[in-house]
Amino acid sequence: MTLLEARDLHVEFTSRGRRARAVDGVNLTVGEGEIVALVGESGCGKTTLARTLLGLERPASGTVRYGGTPLAYSTRALKAYRREVQLVPQDPTGSLNPRHTVYEAVAEGPRIHGLRDERQRVASALSRAGLRPPERFFPLYPHELSGGQRQRVVIAGALALDPGVLVADEPVASLDASVRGEILALLLRLRAELGLSALVVTHDLGLAWNIADRVAVMYLGRIVESGPVEQVLGSPSHPYTQALLSVLPDSPAPVVLRGEPPDPTRVPGGCRFHPRCQVLAAGKAAEAGVDGRCRSQPLGILPAASGPQVACHFAEGSRTPA
Amino acid sequence: MTPSERQPETRVTAEAGTRPGRLLDLRDVAVTYRSTAGDVPAVRGISLDLAEGEALGVAGESGSGKSTLAMAVLRLLPRTARVGGEILLDGEDVLTMTWGRLRAVRWASASVVFQGAQHALNPVRRVGAQIAEPLLVHGLATPAEARSRVAELLEQVGLPGWRARSYPHELSGGQRQRVMIAMALACSPRLIIADEPTTALDVMIQAQVLTLIRSLIADRGIGLIMISHDLSVLAATCDRLAVMYAGRVVETGPSREVFAGARHPYGRALAEAFPTVGDFASRLAPRGLGGDPPDPMRLPGGCSFHPRCPVALPSCSWREVGLWPAGRTPGDAPPPDTVPSPHTAACVHVLPDPEAVPDPVTRPGTGAGPEADPEAGGADAAPAARPAKESA
Repeated sequence: MTLLEARDLHVEFTSRGRRARAVDGVNLTVGEGEIVALVGESGCGKTTLARTLLGLERPASGTVRYGGTPLAYSTRALKAYRREVQLVPQDPTGSLNPRHTVYEAVAEGPRIHGLRDERQRVASALSRAGLRPPERFFPLYPHELSGGQRQRVVIAGALALDPGVLVADEPVASLDASVRGEILALLLRLRAELGLSALVVTHDLGLAWNIADRVAVMYLGRIVESGPVEQVLGSPSHPYTQALLSVLPDSPAPVVLRGEPPDPTRVPGGCRFHPRCQVLAAGKAAEAGVDGRCRSQPLGILPAASGPQVACHFAEGSRTPA
Repeated sequence: MTPSERQPETRVTAEAGTRPGRLLDLRDVAVTYRSTAGDVPAVRGISLDLAEGEALGVAGESGSGKSTLAMAVLRLLPRTARVGGEILLDGEDVLTMTWGRLRAVRWASASVVFQGAQHALNPVRRVGAQIAEPLLVHGLATPAEARSRVAELLEQVGLPGWRARSYPHELSGGQRQRVMIAMALACSPRLIIADEPTTALDVMIQAQVLTLIRSLIADRGIGLIMISHDLSVLAATCDRLAVMYAGRVVETGPSREVFAGARHPYGRALAEAFPTVGDFASRLAPRGLGGDPPDPMRLPGGCSFHPRCPVALPSCSWREVGLWPAGRTPGDAPPPDTVPSPHTAACVHVLPDPEAVPDPVTRPGTGAGPEADPEAGGADAAPAARPAKESA
């Protein structure tokens, strides 16, 4: 069942007098007990999409829905919403107040929401986050903890409100290699034990392979390919996904795209990926007779279906009718 | 006896052999930081060498001493650091150089690409002026020559020459990192030390920077030391790898061999931390190590890794093994007095008989080591005894 949903979401900013289409038409769902990875380069709009799903940005058009109900942007509605959808921020060191103890950090949410049994809530959140016995951690300050323990405290802070969905922005990017696996295993265990859903925002395809059920690949404000992890990362259809996978260390034939990620104030016409597309550049799109469409015909917005989806003229053209 | 004085009981003889054309030769390098709380041994006796045109990857996590080691090569450490051993750059000991000689060597013979290009560049100076600075300071070019050299350097790292007039904030992260590399190349050094050159960059930009670094080594015969916590990136760029843990090298050897067949359990954990997409063994099964890197001020006795080790033997808590030939497969390690294997590991499990304890004390021949804490939190669940010293 769908828990969190983005429906035809558009988010815009004004940047130096120009309109930046940071999220430019996105459909995305996170089902109950499902872990979805949202991957893409910096500047592709993945963090803006996550912030909008958390109610931190207001969309220009489209809706965010939770349990089928559209999100209202009144203070009261947002407060209630944030009990259900919790953020796990990127940098645990920066997001913990150095002068608050672990107990105070985790108790902050329950206090804001006026929840009872604060002490018991904090203890249970800490122990679910793997900090056991929780009482030993109550009086400690962030500087007395290791990086992995700080990330667990941040996760405990999110768990203290019994949310339905966690939105984790690069949950392990600032952690050491050997600690990374433990935190990812924790997210999987929370899903198994509490049925918790998660949207994990990352540029790390290995992370998606490690923990996600489904993956959505974002490029310049749009999702260009989505579907089950095995399918999308195992046999990618979109040239962008293929390029991202090809530059992982160990890959036999890297396709290094030229240039930097493009500018959301200047979205190219036609397929938005066409100026960097290696399939178009190699003339394969011309062979298939779709190169004209690549340059001039925009692609539709992908639906939020759970099966494999791809927004590419070439992939659509070369797909054999099933 | 302080941890820094404690010596492992066995030493591999490979270190005694000389290889021709050595650009850099580290001999038993130790770095200790003095602090009000006591001495902090950050690097505890490391011997490594690097030939011209060779790339060596140094892997480890924060607090392992890998950045300290890199900074020690050019004496860039703060005054509180005490450096021991020998650091031979082209046969000359960096540690005994005069300041004048050291200034001549920095940038010209060896340069550093620092991590975090956004912080290492001066935000109020044009990048062209920053790249030209070492050329002018070393008197290697007139201002006019420096300008054309800057344009040439920018082209080499894949940026148009007019970018020299940009300020750092006008560049993206990948472009800034390339400016850092151009700067390091300015005086045509023979050794480049790159400290996490691609951390914080996107995969595509990372691939661009790594391709650039690889072509520089191949075209110019530059020696490279690259530092990272990502073993997969190092394995793809470097010829040889050295894995550091708690201030020591615990495994070293040809990249492919170490990455695909690490013999030290910590080397194995690092190799598995970044999964291969498409490898079904790691699908929905992230692998990590319980526990945290040790506090350098309170290193565990015996093998420093034993509290986190999934295959520790009882003897590991008091016995420390140095680098031993590790070979390709368990059991075929040659005795240390024959031709040394380039793959070595500091672990009892690479010894011909791990259970044979070199001590009059007889130990019961237990088959396996103590089980790791079955509780999922593992050692991670214990509060750190002291403020963590390592910076993130």
